[in-house]
Amino acid sequence: MKKDTRSLLVCQGSMCISGKSRAIQEALEKKVAGTQMDGDVEVKLIGCHGFCQQGPLVIVEPEATCYTGVTVEDVDDIVQSDLRDGQVVERLLFHDPETGSPIASYHDIPFYGAQTKLLLRHCGLINPEDIDDYLGVGGYEALGSVLERPDGREVLAELKASQLRGRGGGGFPAWRKWEACLDADGDEKFVVCNADEGDPGAFMDRSILEGDPHAVLEGMSIAGFTVGARKGYIYVRAEYPLAVERLRVAIDQARRRGYLGSDILGSGFSFDVEVFLGAGAFVCGESTALTLSIEGKRGLPKAAPRPRTTEVGLFDKPTLLNNVKTFAFVPLILAQGGEWFARIGTEGSKGTATFALSGHVVNCGLIEVPMGITLRKIIYEIGGGVPEGKAFKAVQTGGPSGGCLPESFLDTPVDYDSLLQAGSMMGSGGMVVMNEDTCMVDVARYFLQFTERESCGQCVHCRLGTKQMLTILEEITRGEGKPGDVEFLVQIGEAVNAGSLCGLGQSAANPVLTTIRYFLDEYEAHIVEGRCPARSCKALISFQILPDKCIGCMLCAKACPVDAIAGERKSVHVIDQGKCIRCGMCEEACPSRYSAVERTSGSLAEGGEEA
Amino acid sequence: MKERLEQVFSAHAGTSAELIPILQQVQEEFGYLPEEAMESIARFLRVPASRVYAVASFYAQFRFSPMGRHKVSVCTGTACHVKGADRVLDGVERVLGVSEGETTEDGEYTLETVACIGCCGLAPVLTIDDEAHGRLTPQGADRLFAKGEDSRQ
Repeated sequence: MKKDTRSLLVCQGSMCISGKSRAIQEALEKKVAGTQMDGDVEVKLIGCHGFCQQGPLVIVEPEATCYTGVTVEDVDDIVQSDLRDGQVVERLLFHDPETGSPIASYHDIPFYGAQTKLLLRHCGLINPEDIDDYLGVGGYEALGSVLERPDGREVLAELKASQLRGRGGGGFPAWRKWEACLDADGDEKFVVCNADEGDPGAFMDRSILEGDPHAVLEGMSIAGFTVGARKGYIYVRAEYPLAVERLRVAIDQARRRGYLGSDILGSGFSFDVEVFLGAGAFVCGESTALTLSIEGKRGLPKAAPRPRTTEVGLFDKPTLLNNVKTFAFVPLILAQGGEWFARIGTEGSKGTATFALSGHVVNCGLIEVPMGITLRKIIYEIGGGVPEGKAFKAVQTGGPSGGCLPESFLDTPVDYDSLLQAGSMMGSGGMVVMNEDTCMVDVARYFLQFTERESCGQCVHCRLGTKQMLTILEEITRGEGKPGDVEFLVQIGEAVNAGSLCGLGQSAANPVLTTIRYFLDEYEAHIVEGRCPARSCKALISFQILPDKCIGCMLCAKACPVDAIAGERKSVHVIDQGKCIRCGMCEEACPSRYSAVERTSGSLAEGGEEA
Repeated sequence: MKERLEQVFSAHAGTSAELIPILQQVQEEFGYLPEEAMESIARFLRVPASRVYAVASFYAQFRFSPMGRHKVSVCTGTACHVKGADRVLDGVERVLGVSEGETTEDGEYTLETVACIGCCGLAPVLTIDDEAHGRLTPQGADRLFAKGEDSRQ
């Protein structure tokens, strides 16, 4: 960035791209190119800036002006008003939901205020497709200074001082793995980066690969030097085409500049990285399954007892396997010092945690917070609370291996140990907020459906246990639950967790066990009363039109896909409960000023009474 | 088919560790994995055909029947689920007249679900040929296909 230059940063994270941010960038470039500003203004693409809810985002630096919900039509205004005349375009600013007043700088927006961006410090600042931008913020300096040392012992000492725990979810101290791999016998070793981000509801690793790919490559190279490996693999989901593309661009640029390949920076050390596309198996997030997958085999976790991956890993060689975020932290820790890092966070969990905040929360997005922050602060201060005046019900972390925590746990500090104690887990970083309309039995069913599909089938407990639990949960959500189902679910769940080999199986029952622990009343309402308190389970709800509110506008009748709504214009409509498939299209179609369609708990079909 | 397979194989050494990338490239070429192609891959890598099929059937990415001209993937990740992905899926199934995993009779659309495409801020979301459409309602999904068909004609 030249001095006196103003930068127009166009967010091109996946979400802003789906809001047409590529076209916005092109339009901005065109608009600037023909003017006197050309040369003083740079238009550049950046990775995810985090505030996905308000995208597409255009940021003007150095003022830090944050334009939200930008469209191609807004480009003229931004260029003429802001860049030429120095007038901020007020209508595109974020408006404080309480006061309604516009906020120009993103530093002043509460969503950003409570965050501590370490890992994401470059995301939304540099162009991920330009290595010079990375070098401009001190990129590859940590690698350069590491390569001047005789061996990796100093790196190991810093890592130990930092107390960094693996960011894949397990939370194993990173330095222990690195030391074990360094000490393992063998001339050939591998470094593997796990970017198989399979948790539904998680996009942190993806955002880092898309926004700061060189940090991951630098961390892997440092790891290679430390443990004595010359080859690295990044195992990334094929479902992330943009991340794959940016990684390939980054690898190519790093090779050409001598930061990857043979004799890196004239040090004599050689290290190269290959991208491996995961083919869509959740279980491959498990380390032994992942390495088998790279070998061209089915990803079946290896049987225990087995040697550690650091001793016998990829192609039976010692292998250091870490998550994207763990590697991306390494250059920062070496630059700032391990002790500096260890001053952030809590006693047992150092540094920051990255979350993909989503679900029923005002501000969805990519966030980074110091360990130890409470769930409440994340959800209400950063996330802006639950939208549409609905009540909070639960927060889910840890994906299919984690759990749902109720309101009474909102003051729980977010760190590895506290979440585990509460029955959930840190996981890789998905955080889904659920409001009062979410049925917790259905959430358990949802996760079990996922785990049952993804079970590799090796362990009987996991293969049959997830199937059994899913069947019972399906029955309960259909209103066919029986007394004793809950006790049986707990019994099977505990057996599945105890009797499975890998992390997927050992945690498969967690969503069921935590929802039973904290939301037992909802299970009972389904089983005993035949009703879904959240009015979500299709078999246990009905729709009806309130005669005193209906004005006979025909909108619901037109929307109904099965012609179940009778009634003339200007006369009250009636739903034929026998035909109704409970799709909710009528409820959606009815204008909110009338709200004449009511969703009720219990069945009205077959002339039955409301339960 | 033979020539197109040779083309894919020519970039590989023929070690069994290359099986997954080769399957991915063959699928990219044909849109699915024809049986004949899997047998050729087995011969090229000198592994039993059963190993090729075992691996191909293990991973969700691989398919054994041709795709429609457009791929529709309804995201059923957690954020999409709590925001009504089931209803969106029901709506798309009704509009297209097929169930998840099927292809429309005219060969236009194949409907799939995907566990998470990482656009949770846009939930509920679906993709048509990798283009994401977010914040959907069942009605919105209806309109999407009405519009999509017009613009493609």
